[in-house]
Amino acid sequence: MSKELIRLVNCQMAFDDEIVLDDINLYFNDKEFLTLLGPSGCGKTTTLRIIGGFIKPTGGDVLFDGVRINDVPPHKRKVNTVFQKYALFPHLDVYENVAFGLRLAKLPEEEIDERVTEMLEIVSLKGFENRKVSQLSGGQQQRVAIARALVNRPKVLLLDEPLGALDLRLRKDMQNELKRIQQAMGITFIYVTHDQEEALSMSDTVVVMDKGRIQQIGTPEDIYNEPKNAFVADFIGESNILDGIMLEDRLVKFFGRKFKCVDFGFEKNEPVDVVIRPEDIDIVAPDDGHLCGTVTSVTFKGVHYDTIVDFKGFKWLIQTTDFYEVGSYIGIRLEPEDIHIMHKSEYSGMFGDYSSYSAEYDEMDDPDLYPEDAEESEEASEGGKDEE
Amino acid sequence: MKNFNKVFTVIVLLFLYIPMIVLAVGSFNSGMDIAVFKSFTFDNYKELFRDSVLLPLLLNSVIVALLSSIFATILGTCAALGIHSMGPRLRRFTMGVTNIPLTNPEIVTGVSLALLFAFVGTMMKINNILGFATLLIAHITFNLPYVILSVMPKLKQMDPNLREAALDLGCTPWQAFYKVVIHEITPGIVSGALMAFTMSLDDFVISYFVYGPRFVTLPVEIYNYTKKPLQPKIYALFTLLFAAILIVMVLMNLLQERDAKRSRENRRAFRRGKKVGA
Amino acid sequence: MKNKALAAPYLVWMALFTIVPLAIVAYYAFTDAATGEFTFANIANLGNYMPILIKSIWLALISSLICIVIGYPVAYFIANCKETTQRFLYMLVMLPMCISFLLRTLAWVALTEDTGIINNFITALGLQPLPLIRNNGAVVLGMVYNYLPYMIMPLYTVIMKIDRRLIEAAQDLGCNGVNVFKRVILPLSVPGIISGFTMVFVPAVSTFYISQKLGSSGTTLIGDVIESQFKTAYNPNLGAALSLILMVMIFICIGVMNRFGDEEEEVVTL
Repeated sequence: MSKELIRLVNCQMAFDDEIVLDDINLYFNDKEFLTLLGPSGCGKTTTLRIIGGFIKPTGGDVLFDGVRINDVPPHKRKVNTVFQKYALFPHLDVYENVAFGLRLAKLPEEEIDERVTEMLEIVSLKGFENRKVSQLSGGQQQRVAIARALVNRPKVLLLDEPLGALDLRLRKDMQNELKRIQQAMGITFIYVTHDQEEALSMSDTVVVMDKGRIQQIGTPEDIYNEPKNAFVADFIGESNILDGIMLEDRLVKFFGRKFKCVDFGFEKNEPVDVVIRPEDIDIVAPDDGHLCGTVTSVTFKGVHYDTIVDFKGFKWLIQTTDFYEVGSYIGIRLEPEDIHIMHKSEYSGMFGDYSSYSAEYDEMDDPDLYPEDAEESEEASEGGKDEE
Repeated sequence: MKNFNKVFTVIVLLFLYIPMIVLAVGSFNSGMDIAVFKSFTFDNYKELFRDSVLLPLLLNSVIVALLSSIFATILGTCAALGIHSMGPRLRRFTMGVTNIPLTNPEIVTGVSLALLFAFVGTMMKINNILGFATLLIAHITFNLPYVILSVMPKLKQMDPNLREAALDLGCTPWQAFYKVVIHEITPGIVSGALMAFTMSLDDFVISYFVYGPRFVTLPVEIYNYTKKPLQPKIYALFTLLFAAILIVMVLMNLLQERDAKRSRENRRAFRRGKKVGA
Repeated sequence: MKNKALAAPYLVWMALFTIVPLAIVAYYAFTDAATGEFTFANIANLGNYMPILIKSIWLALISSLICIVIGYPVAYFIANCKETTQRFLYMLVMLPMCISFLLRTLAWVALTEDTGIINNFITALGLQPLPLIRNNGAVVLGMVYNYLPYMIMPLYTVIMKIDRRLIEAAQDLGCNGVNVFKRVILPLSVPGIISGFTMVFVPAVSTFYISQKLGSSGTTLIGDVIESQFKTAYNPNLGAALSLILMVMIFICIGVMNRFGDEEEEVVTL
């Protein structure tokens, strides 16, 4: 599609004895929207900071246009960053924040003015030039941060959870906004987030990371439809993950039953993980079902019901628009396309069982978000009072 | 309860200001005994300005305070920046060292420095090592922790990404410091410097052990004076000093508030002018 | 600039002018004045000064406690004022410290002397003059007066930082006014009390001027003894031994105090 811009070769990072990045190999194409996705502590921000030049990898190389840039300091790199809490300069107003990089480059005053004005227009902040940064809302601050980075016309823009501090509605708007800006500017965006929905809806390429390793690289569709292991299957969307045996190509056995599937290339009788997405399951009358079970819990989710069904002690999550009462006995049908087979991995058996299902799973899927917020507000209040 | 606290606070403030009032009244007293008010006079003030001893001593105090606070501010700010980028273990050690002069009684600090200077004096065979230099060293030493403890919290409060954002936008590390970081920690540096200056100006205990007869500061001289009955012109001097400090404090409060307002307006006006020009 | 090395000049300075001098104090404390040989004589001699040391600790302790009792309501009141009033009152508390403490102590002498301002007033009323000066009470008065702002400062900082929502939460959970104070505000102000106590106790226990001016020969404190060893009696070895014991005692006290509450690096801003 387009040429390669940045490449990480065997990148390793260790803080003291703790390995944060373990042998990362990754390339970034020009004009690509690539997202690093993973839970907190997976190494995604570290990867971003290595590209930005704020830390040096303890092993491996960083290549930019084929040139090794491990030792190039951040101010000499053609990348700019949008930081997590924006890091706007509080002593400067909106205009001067955006003009900061241009002034350092010693551009003529007219050009600075032209570019800043143009940029503020792009991020819809015209008329806010003289505002103090502290007078802006979160969304506005965020757009200043984007403008401040983009006005320097970097080849690559790094974004570190830029929407993390915004509320849900604003986040959705800004997702579209960011995608629009990226296409308009025609540059590479490297985006870090722990929000899978954000990653799927914005990216050309998604890189799923965990424990300092890349788990899977692919288009959003690939990642969702063909997860490589139980971690990816569980982290991206909801998945029922079962133990199975691959009898032969396109035939898998689980729950004591043989199912046709579309996967092949496994060894004969290889133990595998079977992924079934909750929205792919059709509920039918018990007599017509491949499997039969009892509904143990139903939660209304708006678009659908989250229905937990007990199959011989193993609980599945089924998302259906039809309502089935708790206690009703139902059957399910699985078409070959509904079944996805994965090799066993270190994550096997850790995810995909809804036995301990709780209705709050949606809110709980990023628990790390909350402590961070609490810390932030604590810092903020401390800061406010220390000025005395 | 609130009312009780209010009345109580007023009483405590009065208690704190009683000696100030005594000194101020004494400065207008024509008699020598501060306890007996003879008659109102400005003579003490006139005499003060003719005095050839007190004013130079005050100047000495100001010189030491100024030099030591400037030096301590520079050294201490650098140290705070260094400590800020230390690992936890080294940082704890350094803060421990910083706390020694703060928790040690002043008299012990004074005595220990006096012994050090005496020791160096005998080693280098210098007879009167005590003087301006030793006084300055001592003052810098006890000023340093105040500077560090005022700058450190500002560094801690600062978003660490701020510095990185500056680097990211093309600042060299040095530019990132003076274009961004310094703006964030300036309030800390200023309050540290002010604290160092006042501490130094007012210091008696430590100075008393390390001063030499060639360079005497005002508090030390007052101590030596007070072995005899005090001359009322000293009251006059301190009444003036107190008035000056009071005015400076009030002005600073007012200026700070106005400053913030004005700088905003200025920039707005400047921008408007530029837009018209272009 | 992000570099550990920036702290190097500072550390060198502190090593030269804080650590080395303390080592020299220890050295002097264990050597003989005349011969320069190692000896325990100075330390053994300290026994004679025990009553003075105990008296110093006792008076400083009383002063510190009085400062807490007086300082707490004031700090509490200031912390609950409007922000502009807070700043103004805080300034008022700090301002007297800008004037030499020697002179402020002298003003107290003028007030409390047998023929001082207060007694002149009393005799003018036809009453007997009161023995206000040259006793333990006068020394405590001097200490409380001089070091009270040091108590109010940290108390105010800590009380001001208490989250108002905590008080509301306590009320919501059924605390009345007294209980809010006893169960929430007071425990949260412990770090302030500890740091205030340290800031008053340390200078009070080691003072030598206050006791000279407001006390009598019966109220000689450890600070007076140390001062005289260096300035008049000239026995620096004994003085060093006394300083050493004073320092060790204070570090033990602070260590014990810090057990009570995790003290953070508290900053005192003027």
